[in-house]
Amino acid sequence: MPWRSGRLFKTLTRKHKMIRVLLSLVWLVASVGLAAAQDLQTVLQTHAEEVASPSRNSVSIVLDDLAELGSPQVSVFLEQWAERNIWQNDEAGLFFIGSKDGDVITLTDVDSGEATTAPSDGYTQLRPNGGVRRVIGSALVQFQLTDPDPDRRRSALESIGRRADASQLPLLEASLEGEAEPAIRARKVQLINFLTARFGAQTDDRVAAIESLSADTSVEARAVLSQILSTSTERTDGEPSGNIARVLDPSSDPAAFYAELVEADLAPPLVSPSDIRTALEANVVDGRVGDVPTARLGSDAARAEAYAALAADGRVPPLVSQSDVAQMLSRFTFYEKYDEADPTVTDAARATMDAVETRVGVAQTVDLALDGLSLASIYFLAAIGLAITFGQMGVINMAHGEFIMMGAYTGYVVQLFVPDYTISLLIALPLAFAVTFGAGVAMERLVIRHLYHRPLETLLATFGISIALQQIAKNVFGTQARPLTSPEWLGGALVISDVIQISYIRIAIFVLALVFLVLLLFILKKTRLGLEVRAVTQNPGMAASMGINPDRINMMTFGLGSGIAGVAGVGIGLYAQVTSEMGANYIVQSFMTVVVGGVGSVFGTLAGAGLIGFLQKGIEWLNPSNTLAAQTYMILFIILFIQFRPKGIVAPKGRAAAD
Amino acid sequence: MSETHMQPRTFIARNPSVLYFLAALGVFTAIVTVLSDATGAGLISTSFVKTLGKTLCLCLVAIAMDVVWGYCGILSLGHFAFFGIGGYAIGMWLMYARTELIVAESLAGQVIPPTPQEISDAIGNQIFGVVGSSEFPTIWMFADSLFVQLALVVLVPGLLALVFGWLAFRSRVTGVYLSILTQAMTLALALYLFQNDSGLRGNNGLSGLQNIPGFEDSGQDAISIAFFLASALALALGYVLFAWITDSKLGNIIQAIRDDESRVRFLGYHVESYKLFVFTVTAIVAGIAGALYYPQAGIINPAEIAPIASIYLAVWVAIGGRGRLYGAVIGAALVSLLSSWFTGGGAPNIDLGFYVVQWVDWWLVLLGLTFVLVTLFAPKGIAGVFDRLVRKS
Repeated sequence: MPWRSGRLFKTLTRKHKMIRVLLSLVWLVASVGLAAAQDLQTVLQTHAEEVASPSRNSVSIVLDDLAELGSPQVSVFLEQWAERNIWQNDEAGLFFIGSKDGDVITLTDVDSGEATTAPSDGYTQLRPNGGVRRVIGSALVQFQLTDPDPDRRRSALESIGRRADASQLPLLEASLEGEAEPAIRARKVQLINFLTARFGAQTDDRVAAIESLSADTSVEARAVLSQILSTSTERTDGEPSGNIARVLDPSSDPAAFYAELVEADLAPPLVSPSDIRTALEANVVDGRVGDVPTARLGSDAARAEAYAALAADGRVPPLVSQSDVAQMLSRFTFYEKYDEADPTVTDAARATMDAVETRVGVAQTVDLALDGLSLASIYFLAAIGLAITFGQMGVINMAHGEFIMMGAYTGYVVQLFVPDYTISLLIALPLAFAVTFGAGVAMERLVIRHLYHRPLETLLATFGISIALQQIAKNVFGTQARPLTSPEWLGGALVISDVIQISYIRIAIFVLALVFLVLLLFILKKTRLGLEVRAVTQNPGMAASMGINPDRINMMTFGLGSGIAGVAGVGIGLYAQVTSEMGANYIVQSFMTVVVGGVGSVFGTLAGAGLIGFLQKGIEWLNPSNTLAAQTYMILFIILFIQFRPKGIVAPKGRAAAD
Repeated sequence: MSETHMQPRTFIARNPSVLYFLAALGVFTAIVTVLSDATGAGLISTSFVKTLGKTLCLCLVAIAMDVVWGYCGILSLGHFAFFGIGGYAIGMWLMYARTELIVAESLAGQVIPPTPQEISDAIGNQIFGVVGSSEFPTIWMFADSLFVQLALVVLVPGLLALVFGWLAFRSRVTGVYLSILTQAMTLALALYLFQNDSGLRGNNGLSGLQNIPGFEDSGQDAISIAFFLASALALALGYVLFAWITDSKLGNIIQAIRDDESRVRFLGYHVESYKLFVFTVTAIVAGIAGALYYPQAGIINPAEIAPIASIYLAVWVAIGGRGRLYGAVIGAALVSLLSSWFTGGGAPNIDLGFYVVQWVDWWLVLLGLTFVLVTLFAPKGIAGVFDRLVRKS
């Protein structure tokens, strides 16, 4: 029954006003201990009879008066009433919100909210029936929609959004008038639009509402459209009738369509191989089934023969052959029918849905590109240190991943001492740089310096350092993943629409990558150090004769590359979890990023990271269930790519390309 | 490696180490066999025989690695992947054949004999139930044939190495770039196998490989000795093969490529073909070693193939001594046995008073640092020490 608030409400109110005022005055005089006039209990006592045993008609009287009362307790009471949590005192007839636990009942005063306990003997639970509860429920929505507290109005709208039905449309429309808050008002208008599209009385209104959704890519709007377009599969041996969505072709999947006929008792069930087997086993007589000896039944043909013999005797249902299936299917027309009867509405919804899907497709492409960009910046961040140590100096540092790990653990340790995440992050970034810079310089002085002419052995020596560092981290910090919590302002996501959103942490990583790119280019191209680094890279002997100390430059360069890896570690740690193996997860990709991009070029590394990031997201999109497969195909692509551009995207030219 | 002016005539005379090695291997094999459970002596447990057998297989793949890296200068970080492929190829047959026997046994008691389709479905269900499937993937089409799977042990690593090597060498990817590329190949293979729909049971891998179909009546003690002997034989043959290859004129060219690739190319040799030959042959030997290893290990899963395994292989060879076949054998045997001794809790923990060094936790640190020290101070590995001793005497 729809809840007619308008006229009924007014007449009832007028009629009862006098009586109610009188009654409540009487009540006030009679019960001194109770609170001021017009509290909830008073009104309830006025209608004690209707409250205690309500019917669908009588309850509306109570609800009208409660509406008049308008206090915030009313909606609480209505909620509890509908939930059957209201108890009545058998003697005084007072109503309480109660919850029974054994013999004791906890009572909450409907007005003050004070809780007391009492033995449950003297109380009776109110049990409104289903019809009454529905009436209460829609009244509750109405109360909440006009509640003075905006939060309650919002939560009412939320519940409508979750579970929409036709009865809410007039309530929403009625509540729209008094709505002062613009955001809530907008939401109400939107919900009215959704409800009109689904339940509106006039076809024109519905079509207009549906068409207005064509620019809305939100999940909610799409759900509204797909609900309008919901179909059910039907079958008939005559002409299909109703609002037909499409006629289906049973030959596309005969088994499934036949199963549908069987389900509807329109066709005999198929006899599966295991059914045949069971039937044969049940009918073995003297080692033979239907004149076929059991020893011969190890083939499908012999089984079919034996089964046919049994079927001929009428002992088992006959076999349904493929041609029987085909013939049966040809007798029926299968079609999908819209649950909505009006074709004008479904046509409009279909057209709108197509338009929305096009928009969603575009938005998804944008989202995918953003994902790719963010993955690319992570790869870039992981690889940029390597672009210096490997790209500029030609040192294969297998422990590069462990420098990333060291940076991340530095961030974790700082957070243990500095509880404020913003400050700890500000401390962690330079500290991670300092720690890994030191580690890098130490490694260069102690190990790498001696191996400049033996690059393959550098690979192995640094691998030794890598496994040692990894194991030390495991021994110190344990095997479980450690959290590196990001500050609050980095939580959440930038939501552009339901389809396009990007978390702030990814934006931060992108910004960090960008900062590094600029910083590195500046150091290499604009500073004295950069000049000397490039000189030593090109020709150490000549650089030395010009007064540059190649030893010092190599040390500084390696330290710089390692330090950047440490800072990258803090960034990556915020995004992924900090484990002793986190570096190892990035090392192969990082080397590939540098090699694909072109050794010796920062822009090459950027291009490499971009290619790998977008490629991986692209492949994941083609095969969304399987990130492992995406990585596999990406690596295969890279291997092939290197066949055709062995020097990478940005290939070194001139003398630098000689080796 | 500059040789003496006068080359001795015979292969053995030029390579006395081959004789020494074969003799040592023969004596070792004989002692282990006599002392094992299989002969009733029971002084060496079946599980230790398996460990030794597995170690021999690791020595075999190590000499293959030594030839490709120590002799030809290609630091391949993919040879353990070939090893794993060999293991998977034989594992498929072992698992299929054994499951077939079990299924046949369980279906035999029924009133009606099973159809071929029912048997195949039951086997599929047994093998692929863990990855939520019961269909046989295409790559299992020959799993019922031991002969084909044995051929695949050789063919798959060989062809993969051939194609990959052809692509890489043709475009002159050398040095560390080749190392990174082979590592990428290994990673791709491992990631592929980790998927449940790779058809090889994802990260569950293949298991129960220690049960050899057709030998249900023999105990594991006998089977372990059989595999131990087979591994020893394979190692002996592999050693002789590689000693012969490296000793020949072909071997000289291979070593010349290692020392100066451009010069060899300018002398008119087709460097790529030589490299491809070495890469492929060593990959095949690695595959064979894997096929012998995993029936003794009993289980193979994608983690075995991960890039780090191939780096360890290089580590063994480097510690043992590159460019000497016996060096690779020493390195692989020493490091892998020490590794299982330390990580298996065999080594006594060291109490420092304020901290107890538990070798289970600290062995990798020790290994890593040892490795750095060996690279820095003993680039020729343990075998280099031998050389010095021989020269002094």
